[in-house]
Amino acid sequence: MIDVKHLTKAFGKHVVLDDISEHIYPGEKVVVIGPSGSGKSTFLRCLNLLEEPTKGTITFQGQEITDPKADINAIRRQMGMVFQHFNLFPNMTIRKNITLAPVQTKLMKQEEADETATALLKRVDLLDKADSYPAQLSGGQKQRIAIVRALAMRPKVMLFDEPTSALDPEMVGEVLDVMKELADEGMTMVVVTHEMGFAREVGSRILFMAGGHILEQNEPHAFFANPKEERTKEFLSKVL
Amino acid sequence: MTFFEKFTLIFTNAKYLDSMLTGLRMTFAISVGAAALGLVLGTIVALVGLASSKNPLIKLPKFICAVYVTVVRGTPMALQLFIMAFVVFAIRGFPLVVTAIIAFGINSGAYVSENIRGGILSVDIGQTEAGRSLGLTAGMTMWYIVIPQAIKNVIPSIGNELIALIKETSIVSMIGMYDLTAAAKNVGSGQNLANYLAPMTVAALFYLAIVYLLTFIIKKIEGRLRESDRR
Repeated sequence: MIDVKHLTKAFGKHVVLDDISEHIYPGEKVVVIGPSGSGKSTFLRCLNLLEEPTKGTITFQGQEITDPKADINAIRRQMGMVFQHFNLFPNMTIRKNITLAPVQTKLMKQEEADETATALLKRVDLLDKADSYPAQLSGGQKQRIAIVRALAMRPKVMLFDEPTSALDPEMVGEVLDVMKELADEGMTMVVVTHEMGFAREVGSRILFMAGGHILEQNEPHAFFANPKEERTKEFLSKVL
Repeated sequence: MTFFEKFTLIFTNAKYLDSMLTGLRMTFAISVGAAALGLVLGTIVALVGLASSKNPLIKLPKFICAVYVTVVRGTPMALQLFIMAFVVFAIRGFPLVVTAIIAFGINSGAYVSENIRGGILSVDIGQTEAGRSLGLTAGMTMWYIVIPQAIKNVIPSIGNELIALIKETSIVSMIGMYDLTAAAKNVGSGQNLANYLAPMTVAALFYLAIVYLLTFIIKKIEGRLRESDRR
């Protein structure tokens, strides 16, 4: 579904991603873990070109998105993204946050977008907040809305960039529950996270990144039970 | 005559009052015209300045805008006014009021553009990223997401600039125009009055009233825009 070839990203002389090649298959739940500064967020942000790769190609459903002629907006409409700091639009109601993109990109008429928003809000149990503003919501509620906002575009893949890192501990669960539900429905997901429990339970494959490389990867059970690399063992001993 | 009698005379004497009101109208016309021009110009220059420089077609406009802001902010207003009146629009019969509006509008635009630029940059980059990640174009993201938030941050400094602009128009008598300040001077030198304090005080009150009204309107707009911030 997403094919990454020789992806390199450097900020000035500082190389953050060093020649990464990887493939993400439909329906996979790829969880990316690793120490901070390992390049995992940058890797994720390259997948929808929020970060422009220095070298290498990324192909999404057969279309090379790193091609300068590619219609990046059309491609991003099929890739939802959830951010660490939610990035809801503070000047719009929750309903408007959700319907803005589907309506403006002409994916839906306003009525259809409103119906979609209502259905999605019901699903995350926040329909009563439809006419509230983001400032009136808790962190966990904001992140659930952010997920719903991305889903309203009916994406084929969802990218999560540390979705629970900015939350109070008591609110982590409600966000992870929504993500689990999404995973159960078969959504293709790439998740950068520090939640090892989620990685173990929901992930279909774990990528461990360090120093701009994918050092090790495996299905979760084997990954956590028998890490092979020294660096992986060291990391896991600190976080588990 | 006491000061109070002279002060009252300016309002009761038809000739004096007419003189002051003529000046007031001119100050008002220049301010409104220049403010409108300055806001439009400032917005365009700010957006050009912030446009991605990846597109080679935008490089020249970006350069022109940068030069414009530097030159206008780096030279005195009076000099810019002289150049407009005695060089650029030194055309017989060309209305001075238009000259003044263009001169002050161009001047104000440079300051407004910097205010708007700052306002747009003060909006969290995550807002742009969220918009773009949803597949909105750069233009849609700017228009629906960034600019509405930037306006809130920009209103106070734009208000400041408009207030400064209104008061700065008082130099137009230097190119022979009859504005509120010129009217005060003219009325004061009138033979019956022979006193500057009273007409200058009246002019000052007029300026104060305009600025106070403007401040009031800006506060109202600010309050309206901040509604979504309330919990």
